[in-house]
Amino acid sequence: MPEQITLSVNGRSVTVPQGATVAVAVAMAEAHCRNSVNGEPRTVLCGMGICFECRVQINSSLHQRSCQMLCSPGMQVRTDG
Amino acid sequence: MSAKIYDVVIVGAGIVGAACAHECSQSGLRVAVIDQDVIGGGATAAGMGHIVVMDDSDAQFALTRYSQTLWQELRPELPEDVEYEQCGTIWVATDEEEMTEVLRKHAYYSRQGVSVEVLNPGDIERLEPNLRKGMVGGLLVPDDGVLYPPCAARFLMDQAQGRGVTLHLQQTVAQIGKGQLHLADGTRFSSATIVNAAGTWASALTPGIAVKKRKGHLVITDRYPGFVRHQLVELGYLKSAHSVTADSVAFNVQPRQTGQLLIGSSRQYGPEHKEVDPHVLGRMLERAQHYLPALAKTSAIRVWTGFRAATPDKLPLIGPWPSDPSIYLATGHEGLGITTSLATAKLLVDQITGRTSAIPYEPYLPSRSATLEHAHA
Amino acid sequence: MANARKHFDVLVVGGGPAGLAAAVSAAEHGARVGLVDDNPALGGQIWRAGVVGHGPGAARWIQRLEATGIEILCGTRVFDSPTQNSLHAEIESGLLELNYQKLVLATGARERFLPFPGWTIPNVMGAGALQALVKSGFPVSDKRVVVAGTGPLLLAVAAYLREHGAKIELICEQASLASLALFAVSILKLRDKITQGLSLRKELAGVRFVAGSWPVTAEGDGALTAVVVSHGQKLEKIACDFLACGFLLVPNTVLPALLGCRLQNGFVEVDRYQQTSVGGIYCAGEPTGIGGVDLSLIEGQVAGSAAAGHAEASRSLFGERRKLQRFSQALDRAFALRSELRGIALPETIVCRCEDVTYERLKPYTSWRNAKLQSRCGMGPCQGRVCGPATEFLLGWSPDSVRPPVFPVRVENLGAMVRDLVPQDSELLRGPQ
Repeated sequence: MPEQITLSVNGRSVTVPQGATVAVAVAMAEAHCRNSVNGEPRTVLCGMGICFECRVQINSSLHQRSCQMLCSPGMQVRTDG
Repeated sequence: MSAKIYDVVIVGAGIVGAACAHECSQSGLRVAVIDQDVIGGGATAAGMGHIVVMDDSDAQFALTRYSQTLWQELRPELPEDVEYEQCGTIWVATDEEEMTEVLRKHAYYSRQGVSVEVLNPGDIERLEPNLRKGMVGGLLVPDDGVLYPPCAARFLMDQAQGRGVTLHLQQTVAQIGKGQLHLADGTRFSSATIVNAAGTWASALTPGIAVKKRKGHLVITDRYPGFVRHQLVELGYLKSAHSVTADSVAFNVQPRQTGQLLIGSSRQYGPEHKEVDPHVLGRMLERAQHYLPALAKTSAIRVWTGFRAATPDKLPLIGPWPSDPSIYLATGHEGLGITTSLATAKLLVDQITGRTSAIPYEPYLPSRSATLEHAHA
Repeated sequence: MANARKHFDVLVVGGGPAGLAAAVSAAEHGARVGLVDDNPALGGQIWRAGVVGHGPGAARWIQRLEATGIEILCGTRVFDSPTQNSLHAEIESGLLELNYQKLVLATGARERFLPFPGWTIPNVMGAGALQALVKSGFPVSDKRVVVAGTGPLLLAVAAYLREHGAKIELICEQASLASLALFAVSILKLRDKITQGLSLRKELAGVRFVAGSWPVTAEGDGALTAVVVSHGQKLEKIACDFLACGFLLVPNTVLPALLGCRLQNGFVEVDRYQQTSVGGIYCAGEPTGIGGVDLSLIEGQVAGSAAAGHAEASRSLFGERRKLQRFSQALDRAFALRSELRGIALPETIVCRCEDVTYERLKPYTSWRNAKLQSRCGMGPCQGRVCGPATEFLLGWSPDSVRPPVFPVRVENLGAMVRDLVPQDSELLRGPQ
């Protein structure tokens, strides 16, 4: 059993295994990643860093691809909803 | 093959050609437009799309101001995708010398009835919190705006086509002159007036025009709504845009309606290739980050280059070409083609139809070109 | 900011099977090798490690990798090649300038997505994406999943998800039963492939599989609740939590194109030693032709050996490579996309997800460039990587020329080209000049 990490998604505490991507934490928080230009909710499409649908704010950085970033303890993730 | 007969044939479906087609069709002329590519595919697609009043010269001021008024009149008709946004321009002063320029500009614009406001350091910080601290002041020109040029050109062309203008895209013009236009495929057009609105390609069709390519680079970021709220321009911009020889970069950032940031600008004579020049790009972005430090962490999604059609005296060529009175020129707008397209079209059609013009057209006549050629050399 | 400059005899871009094999082969021939990948860990898509570590296939290569002292640079995104024999890459802390004598491009492939009503609803995702999410720690147990699209990848994904507790409601394969049967016959000679197929059959026992079937609508408000699939004549609605779909793979050729490598029919052209049209630049794996893990490993070994100056060392692999290439051709034929798939996007269906551009807004235009300028299709951060292959299939448009940056990059790093490379001649223009 891998070690567990706790981080925050939209202020909600989420625990994931070490090595999990931020996209996993967002999915476990039952959040979506971004609102599209016309305001539709979007989440991961490609899962490999190409489609940019999984962009979220990580700590103070906007437009981070959640599928390419690993979770770290205490990370603050903000999504559009 | 018999020739197709028109009152006016326009070469170039960029913003200037489209505006000319739009204006001609409103005057009831029979018009055809020909372009080697698509609508707005050249400098129109590459440019920043500002609608600004500039005062490099009295003539430039008159033309940009007239044209800005025309854009504002057209604004209620513009579809959403033209993204017209009256964000205003702030000319940013970093020292006392630049502040002197702010005050001069303020006096000049005010005298001509253009609304302007001098900003103190506190105003600047409040209006644009992402600008580096320590600015000496600035000048706000609230009526300036930005739009998305390819869709603006398409809108003007759509309107023209609705009034019967015919559009021929992806056609190569082999030659123009003496009321005749030949396409590379042999098609002939016959017309009393042929408008050369081919931008940087204009001199290939009409040799001897004093138009040179001036390369520029632009960068666009992902969406950061509210990062800047006005078009921001350094006052050094005037100086670097003025120089007709050296490569130069200047700070010019626009907030697009999408929330994206459009970052410019660079000016180079000489390069003919479209490739990004890493040195120029680097200098340009360094300059932008000098003014907007937080820009460093924003995500740049695209870089491109384009070529402005530049004349030595920074004024466009609008009117008949002295060596062939059937040819009218509408080119040489350098970095102000989007702003001045509508006024160009008015002045051109004024001359073609003998109407009275709203502002004097003499400063833009191509007949001044003999002296211009000299200036280029 | 930690800008740094690195030098390698052989630089490999891409840490999937082809890149791993290339890096290992080059290093075992004595070259100083760097291996770069955008992902947080090696393995590429097929061998993604996730939270439980690498599987046995990958582990064997990673063990060899670790024995050679290759410098591994994960989380490293190549975005430009400002000068010859040099790439610029972005890392979390800054910019890397990667200089090389020889370069191996093993940039892999991505899934092709076809737009259909509802494909933008959360939890409609790539088959590989859902698998990646699960590998990365997402608990999929008891989730109802429909797998749809085409190709052998669907079965592999379905088997993986099932093994992790997902309920596979249906596997929709757009290819007809007839072409699948022909394919089965054509691969009879390839023993290991058959074994692989048989083993999946065991893992997928009891799962409903329908050929000649494809998704037409995904439903759900905020998240997926059901998918409607077409079986040709009749429609069927299936309640589900996830729709995992993919319509074959598209090679990642942007970086090869940026470097001037010649493409043919969308793939990078290579000689028998995997060298591209640009001397000293090699390419291996999916960008040279979609062929799967085994072919990628062989091509990677050939490219890595050649890049390290031992081109002839891998001659013994040429025969196997030919055989696997024939297999991949059979695959292409069997899973060719049916024309009905062009009809599943409705006028109001979004095609460009970055800019929310609908199908009807694209239809008036004749070219990708024209549509881009007028509608912003392809102008978002994915730079057309999703909508490009879709419009290629739907409208027959060919992609634009490639310009740097080939990936979005922080402004500070785009600008750093000058700061670090040309230290003195870039003084700022100051004040009035």
